[in-house]
Amino acid sequence: MGPNRTWLLIAPAMLVIGIFMVLPLLLAVGYSFMTANPYGGVTAPATFDAYLQFLYQRDFDDSLVFSPSYALIILRSIYLAMATTLICLVLGLPVAWYIVCQTPERRRILLFAVTLPFWINTLIRTYCWILILRDEGLANGALRHAGIISDPLPLLYNDGSILLGLVYTFLPFMVLPIYSTLERIDARLIEAAHDLYASRAAVFRRIVWPLARPGALAGATLVFAPALGSFLAPDLLGGGKKLLIGSLIQMQFTSSRNWPFGAALSTVVTVVVLTVFVIRSRRAQEERG
Amino acid sequence: MIDIHSVSKSFVTRDADPVHALNQVSLEIYDNEFFTLLGPSGCGKTTLLRLIAGFEAPSSGAIRIAGNDVAALPPQKRPVNTVFQSYALFPHMSVAENVAFGLEMQNAPKSLIDERVREALEMVRLEGFATRRPAQLSGGQQQRVAVARALAPKPSVLLLDEPLSALDLKLRKGMQSELKRLQRETGITFVLVTHDQEEALAMSDRIAVMRSGDVLQVGTPRDIYDNPQDRFVADFIGESNLLPGAALGRDPAKTIVVRPEHIVVSPVSDGAKGHATGAVSAITFLGSDTLYEVVLEEGAKLHSRSRGGAALSTGDRVIVDWARGVERELAN
Repeated sequence: MGPNRTWLLIAPAMLVIGIFMVLPLLLAVGYSFMTANPYGGVTAPATFDAYLQFLYQRDFDDSLVFSPSYALIILRSIYLAMATTLICLVLGLPVAWYIVCQTPERRRILLFAVTLPFWINTLIRTYCWILILRDEGLANGALRHAGIISDPLPLLYNDGSILLGLVYTFLPFMVLPIYSTLERIDARLIEAAHDLYASRAAVFRRIVWPLARPGALAGATLVFAPALGSFLAPDLLGGGKKLLIGSLIQMQFTSSRNWPFGAALSTVVTVVVLTVFVIRSRRAQEERG
Repeated sequence: MIDIHSVSKSFVTRDADPVHALNQVSLEIYDNEFFTLLGPSGCGKTTLLRLIAGFEAPSSGAIRIAGNDVAALPPQKRPVNTVFQSYALFPHMSVAENVAFGLEMQNAPKSLIDERVREALEMVRLEGFATRRPAQLSGGQQQRVAVARALAPKPSVLLLDEPLSALDLKLRKGMQSELKRLQRETGITFVLVTHDQEEALAMSDRIAVMRSGDVLQVGTPRDIYDNPQDRFVADFIGESNLLPGAALGRDPAKTIVVRPEHIVVSPVSDGAKGHATGAVSAITFLGSDTLYEVVLEEGAKLHSRSRGGAALSTGDRVIVDWARGVERELAN
């Protein structure tokens, strides 16, 4: 194959991405400028109504009143996604480090264990958490049995249970990229640092963490983006009382039948995520000099 | 002074018996000396170095540095720095940051760090490279950064683990004299690990020859070359003819060791009397020297190396001779 025909190698992938990602994305952006059809779908005329609806409410006399409720949902979603990312990082880093320190055989087993949840449907796994956390569930049952509590603790249907569900779902996406960067660190570097009078804490701060950071950033990307749009854990474990952006979007396309508004919300979330990534990669580039 | 007293080290492997890397090794390494641990791979020399550095703990025995038992001290608490075989430079730091690392970890004041970094880079002739990353340097330059980084905190002992093995021949020769110069200038005790006997002879004040976990002989390069006390040492250091006693009409329980450069071969017709007679089986021209392979009448083979070379050709019958006093008699 000649050098100017190597693009053929990526042509199939480009085709798939073009048809199944770029096209729907453009469709969504297009739909967000249309009017909702009460039977689902969109109709003419083209308007900015969907975006206005995001920040304003139409009053009885047709005047626009500022209403932050949807913006607050986005902010709360960003906050929960960032908290998820941070908790995954704090939990994932030691796990990845522990796995790297094992013999190759045990590493294989432990890595398999990390990916084990992928083999079970997310919906089922999330329902399992309901069984564990509900008032008559395993956790409350055990605590009551042990005599620590008499009335069940409200473990389910709050921000805590949403966070738990999100962290549980996305933790492997943090562990795996960090593991792969840690694995490539030459053990001699750590010996060399100790040899040059570095304590264990200093070795982590000056050698391990700087070298593991690209993996941690990749993991943060893999956790933050899907956590922001996730609706399974918030719906099932949050009880749907307080909406998150993923559930809100999903509602617009189903029960609310407001496709333009759903599309507008999707576009806003996509812009938020892309902005974060652009800033991040700019900064990474500056660091590399 | 480093006092290694009856140190043993065995590694437990999962499926086999424990591997004895060192068997009750005792050594004294003096202050300000360039000391070399020499031996083939697997002889335990690197293990011994790692025990001194503190990366491994001895199974038994004691290691004292300047009179203090260091058994309980981790590497970061020992006054010892290491130059690693793979250099182990920190890839995310500049040359200057690499060299400053040890001093920073000792909480040295900024002004002292800057001064020592400059000094160390000057010492290894890398003044203009302070802001480069290790990946932007050649192998030889990386090597010198590794040396500067280990010297900057002014340790009492510098350990060098096969530091020159990754360099090509010409660079290696240059670095040999560089390291020797650095050792003299700093007055720091250098402990070098190498499998290259020429390197050991060229650089060391004293050499310990090791094989399969034992120290066979310790001495100055000349002492070890001239007076090998063991067949292995005689064979490993320089080139040697190990002749069975029987081949020379002597005690068959002994081996006679003679260096090729001490052996003179001359045509039989000269009428001289030597230690043996034989026939030239091969002649190799080496530039300044010529190497003759001679098969003795009793069947043993030996090599003679002579400057210029006599007018001999393959198949000539020769008398093999050497001066009294250059041979060593060892037990088989």
